[in-house]
Amino acid sequence: MDQFPVFAPISPYTHALSALLIAVFLVLLAILLLETSLLVYMIIRYRDRPGAPEARQIFGWNTLEVIWTLIPIGILTVFAFFMISVDREADPLVPPGRKPDLEVIGHQWWWEINYVASGVVAANEVHIPIGKPILIDLRSADVIHDFWAPQLGREIDAVPGHPNTLWIEAEKPGTYMGECAEFCGVEHAWMRFRVVAQDQVAFDAWQRAQLATPPSPSAPDAIAGAKLFTDKTCINCHAIAGTVGNQTVGPDLTHIASRAMLAGEAARNTPDELFRWLKQPDVIKPQSHMPDFKLTDDEAHELVAYLEGLK
Amino acid sequence: MSQMVEAGVAPAVVTSEREGLLKWVASVDHKEIGILYLISAMAFFLIGGVEALVIRTQLLAPGLHIVSPETFDQMFTIHGTTMIFLFVMPMLTGFSTYIVPLMIGARDVAFPRLNAMSFWIQLFGGIILYFSFLAGGAASAGWFAYTPLSEKAYSSLPGVDFWIVGIACIGIGTLAGAINLAVTILCLRVEGLTIRRLPLFVWMTLVNSFLMIFALPLINAALAMLLIDRFFNAHVFDPANGGSALLWQHYFWSFGHPEVYIMILPAFGIISEVIPVFSRKPIYGYEFVAASSVAIAFLSFTVWAHHMFAVGMSHVANLAFGVASMTIAVPTGIKIFNWTATMYGGRIRFTTAMMFAVSFLFTFTIGGLSGISFAIFPLDWQLTDTYYLVAHFHYVLVGGSVFGIFAGFYYWFPKFSGRLLSERLGKWQFWLTFIGFNLTFFVQHILGLAGMPRRVFTYPDLPGWQVMNVISSIGAFMLGFAVVLFVWMIFDALSKGEIAGDNPWEAWTLEWATTSPPPPENFDRVPPVHGRRPLWDLAHPDRADELVAGA
Repeated sequence: MDQFPVFAPISPYTHALSALLIAVFLVLLAILLLETSLLVYMIIRYRDRPGAPEARQIFGWNTLEVIWTLIPIGILTVFAFFMISVDREADPLVPPGRKPDLEVIGHQWWWEINYVASGVVAANEVHIPIGKPILIDLRSADVIHDFWAPQLGREIDAVPGHPNTLWIEAEKPGTYMGECAEFCGVEHAWMRFRVVAQDQVAFDAWQRAQLATPPSPSAPDAIAGAKLFTDKTCINCHAIAGTVGNQTVGPDLTHIASRAMLAGEAARNTPDELFRWLKQPDVIKPQSHMPDFKLTDDEAHELVAYLEGLK
Repeated sequence: MSQMVEAGVAPAVVTSEREGLLKWVASVDHKEIGILYLISAMAFFLIGGVEALVIRTQLLAPGLHIVSPETFDQMFTIHGTTMIFLFVMPMLTGFSTYIVPLMIGARDVAFPRLNAMSFWIQLFGGIILYFSFLAGGAASAGWFAYTPLSEKAYSSLPGVDFWIVGIACIGIGTLAGAINLAVTILCLRVEGLTIRRLPLFVWMTLVNSFLMIFALPLINAALAMLLIDRFFNAHVFDPANGGSALLWQHYFWSFGHPEVYIMILPAFGIISEVIPVFSRKPIYGYEFVAASSVAIAFLSFTVWAHHMFAVGMSHVANLAFGVASMTIAVPTGIKIFNWTATMYGGRIRFTTAMMFAVSFLFTFTIGGLSGISFAIFPLDWQLTDTYYLVAHFHYVLVGGSVFGIFAGFYYWFPKFSGRLLSERLGKWQFWLTFIGFNLTFFVQHILGLAGMPRRVFTYPDLPGWQVMNVISSIGAFMLGFAVVLFVWMIFDALSKGEIAGDNPWEAWTLEWATTSPPPPENFDRVPPVHGRRPLWDLAHPDRADELVAGA
């Protein structure tokens, strides 16, 4: 079932959604089967055959009309009852004074993730401790996006000027799919993310590592790469702690080497793919905001050496 | 309401002396304008179909670069806009424009010149929309052009401007056409044809006209605001400067949801004519089919925010719009049951028109049922903006509106042209359409449940995604072939089709009481109308409907 995330709930918010989805599908399927059998019956039984008598001219029967008005009303009333109860479970009210755990900001076409308490800044990879409800304050820096990790929580838009909140939780450790579900421009397809759920110890370790300033590069090519990072104006968009780069136009790269994917999951985070991404961003993610700096192969290798050292 | 005018009192028919192309351009005859609607809508159907095939080709495998993301976004934006505003709406309006005056025994519509203007301004709107491809690139913000993506800051090319002006023109033309048809139906009915005896296609056209009259001003007002935003920096929808991004969605869907019914009610009307005629029985529960349409029309203005369950509205708003949306299923269900019951005890003739009508009952039911899963708003949070949604609305709009349009075409083509479409090729065309359609869209339900979002130019190589996309694309090409076959069948029938005669289907409404095609003045003499099926009464004076039904 893991292929169908909406049927593989892993959080208290999605168990009820998944159960209701299955129940409603079964009821709808039963109605479809009823209508289809009626149609098939009519098609076979009342097909015009040579010599058959003229059809009796029937104009209707009010009792039947009342019956097929009331039965659907009954079914829908039951649906409405479950709709209300599942709403409460999937989207509980936020207790007054409860601070969000994460502030997530949608950008064209990546996710900025700020850990409110610890100050960790991440991108496109949300690490959470298992078994804890996580409250997300969801915002947008530009157009409307939609944050959806189907196994962990409901879909909700990131709307500029209209902050939303969202609960997610993971009951088991694992890596869970996430994506932008609202069309947000050319690279909407590559605005994917993942949620990495870890036990508390592993999460704390991750958080400590993210807070640390990465060591200065020591290998010659990495030192050259660090210089290029400033000289080639990467710092106009990207931040790396311990350098002069502090902009948030693009993802924070302080611990880029710790992430599994690049460019909203358009590429895997391997030296080869990072090299291609730096050399030809328009091939990996056409028309994204990552400019093509016409790097030479040497320059790109040096940048890769530097960036892949930022664990 | 009760004012009735005999056919002779209706506006004089202007018969044109002109020949060739000019005859068509200058025509104010409702039949010729109806044909123009059908031709133009069919042409845009082909263009929109090509756009769909570009989309389905690009999605054949993960990571393809057959078209650029920008082109892909233009394709789905213009595909949606074309199919809605330049195919389904004008196609159905074309049927109404041609058939309604004949069905009510009138010589023409109430305002023949306005009728011509309605058509030409809509075509003009379509040309403006397509001109944008030559003027720097078509709109690529999606057919509902959510702000602020459609604002100048994020869509700096002029595509959105052409899109706005094009749709505004179509809106004006549609509105004028709706007023025209409503007045025609209310004022030009032949003596004896009371509102309670109107053929259901006319009923649906009347209800639909009021829907258009109330819904289209909403979109045109919003379009004007967006245009002012884009040209004069009004910031109405720009949250960075105090505007509201969500306001656009409220305006758009307060038009957009009635629009869904604007696209389906006339198809309901076609189905309500075709099923009784080929079942050789009157419609089951006439009053309920008519009244449920009025209910749908009213309710359609109360449900718009079900398109917005994911934007973060209050729990109360979600609940109110969820319940209202579920309510619409009741009158829709009443219709489905009545159409099915009409076949009960019938002597069903499986002409191609009837096959499309019966398959409508199946495919539209699937679309209607999957709609309920969106009305239950917590489920919308796991389904919306995925391919499940794409599947849902194509089951409603293709499995509903387009199947209805095909049924109407096979049914009325003999009246338009005097010749029958080939029933032999028609069966092929039907099965290709039915199988191609279900291949294309059924699998998209599953794709959506697997999590594939809509409007992505490519997708990651997740298990099963490519297989499902390939199945969908194969179906799309089958569907494309079926449409090409249909167009060829039209040309074939026009030159060598079997001569139809006045009433090839032994139908009962007034359009079949005149020649095929009808003369410019429509009727020599309109038969007397004492019930809902004047030609039945004429053929069976001893068992006339009024004696049975009392209508």
